[in-house]
Amino acid sequence: MSAQLHPVARTADALVDVRNVVKTYKRDTQELTVLNGISLQVPEGEFVALMGPSGSGKTTLLNLVAGIDRPTSGQVIVAGTDVAKLSESELARWRSRSVGFIFQFYNLIPVLSAVENVELPLLLTSLGKRERRDRALTALKVVGLADRSSHYPRQLSGGQEQRVAIARAIVADPKVLVADEPTGDLDSRSAEEILALMETLNREFKKTIVMVTHDPRAADRAHTQHHLEKGVLAG
Amino acid sequence: MAVPISYNIRNVRQRWQVTLLAIVGIAMVVAVFTVIMSMSEGFRLALRATGRDDNAIIVQRGSASELTSGVPLDQRNQIIVDDRVARGADGQPLASWDWVIVISAPKVTDGQPTNVTFRAVPPRAYEVRGGIEVVEGRKYTPGLDEVIVGRRLTDRIQGMHLGGTVKYQKKEFKIVGIFTNDGGAFESEIWGDYDVIGALFQRGPGSNSLVVRMKDPQDIPALDRWIRDQPQMQLQALSERKYYADQAGPTAGALKGLASLVAIIMGIGAVFGAMNTMYAIVAARTREIGTLRALGFSRTSILLSFMMESVFLAVIAGVLGCLLAFPMNGFSTGTGQTQSFSEIAFAFQITPPILTIGMLFAVVMGVVGGLLPAWRGARMPITTALREA
Repeated sequence: MSAQLHPVARTADALVDVRNVVKTYKRDTQELTVLNGISLQVPEGEFVALMGPSGSGKTTLLNLVAGIDRPTSGQVIVAGTDVAKLSESELARWRSRSVGFIFQFYNLIPVLSAVENVELPLLLTSLGKRERRDRALTALKVVGLADRSSHYPRQLSGGQEQRVAIARAIVADPKVLVADEPTGDLDSRSAEEILALMETLNREFKKTIVMVTHDPRAADRAHTQHHLEKGVLAG
Repeated sequence: MAVPISYNIRNVRQRWQVTLLAIVGIAMVVAVFTVIMSMSEGFRLALRATGRDDNAIIVQRGSASELTSGVPLDQRNQIIVDDRVARGADGQPLASWDWVIVISAPKVTDGQPTNVTFRAVPPRAYEVRGGIEVVEGRKYTPGLDEVIVGRRLTDRIQGMHLGGTVKYQKKEFKIVGIFTNDGGAFESEIWGDYDVIGALFQRGPGSNSLVVRMKDPQDIPALDRWIRDQPQMQLQALSERKYYADQAGPTAGALKGLASLVAIIMGIGAVFGAMNTMYAIVAARTREIGTLRALGFSRTSILLSFMMESVFLAVIAGVLGCLLAFPMNGFSTGTGQTQSFSEIAFAFQITPPILTIGMLFAVVMGVVGGLLPAWRGARMPITTALREA
């Protein structure tokens, strides 16, 4: 429903279309411009890395694409929906169907088991209990953690937690996966496994991935790299 | 769809140290509230359980209690032969005329003197008053210096046991029986023979009050009108049960007022305690809130989730508070009654309505304590919540 509320003509093949976006924050009396007229197109099935120094605005851009923040001006169109025009509740519904989140610190709910964490996004769908559980287990199987379904986050390693988080991100079959420093809290071996998994999701499951990273090795796994400097795309 | 309830329940379990503080705070308030309410209820029930609906009590108009009332003998004789008054198997009117005085007797607990009602009744009083049951010993023998005492006096007043004595002026009356009255106020009295004790009181041939059994209780207002129409009678007729229930009014009201006051003061403290805990809970889970919001859970879902958690804590606390109060159920105590100047012993009564009010009170504390923190959590921008450590 929400995805059709504000349909916008998509730029050819661009699943994510950021048009001349400005984002400013007010701190006391000062106005801080974090993004300054950014335009970016991400074609469907693309794996994009956003890089740049701290404070360059890459996470802000990712948040806008994910629909957890709104631009001050400009348009963010994802899968044909102008995200900024959705109401708060429409936006929440849109996120649950269209975006999968992968966070740096996994952000699993500690009191829920792995399968319950993965099942969370499906609670917002009309699926029955049995089907929700089946899909969550399938997602865990995809990330290689079917045998850890009843484990709680504290019983998993960092790499395993991130894989559970990835299972949660894909379980509702969203079009876009947004990843904010997905390997930032992992050792190199676990980071490698996570990046390989993301590549698989992109290649075999055709997921469009927008990833923010500081890590050049992680960025190298993406098809395209964009660099931000002081709120503008540098290349 | 709402955040799963298991999320809240497991969080309560996991953060039990923090939540225990809020639970204990609310539980204490509910316990104190329940105990005070049960005291008020016990006192009210003690007097409400006194008397019968089909009895009329005749007392002097304007008198605040039987103590300050007077029913002259000639007027008593006129009233008891009224057609509306029932008669016993022997054909005599079912009527009891009592003298009531207050004597001083030492309490069991500290030996301090307290007032006890000493009632002089005719033998017919057992039948007329109703609900009087001698549970130990026997009834007093008319014409002898014998008395029976209410069960509640036995553990509150020194010497009030079977075989003991009651002293009045220079006379000693042997206690030959212990009686009950279905928990009514008579259980806090001493009863003796009207002819023996009434003479000792030196009050003349009348009585303080007159109680008659009505053929039809609906006729009590008509009897009252008839009495008021007699120019020589300064009396009134009332339902006996209502008369004693009304006597409870000021003291029961004061106790209920005290319960409310204490509950409000403690409740405010408990609400702040609960609020503080809920703020801590929300603060500790800010990133989780951000994650849930990012996944698509609405603000309303988050608000309801934390409200539910707060109410869940409050319900646990309410149950705990009621359980803490429960040992007081049936606990006997006494209080001075302003109208009769004597002590009425009564048992704390924790009734289902009191427990329900206690639980509702707990839920209200949970809702009020949880609302602002839950609102804060729900309103927080997702990006801010996700940045929290």
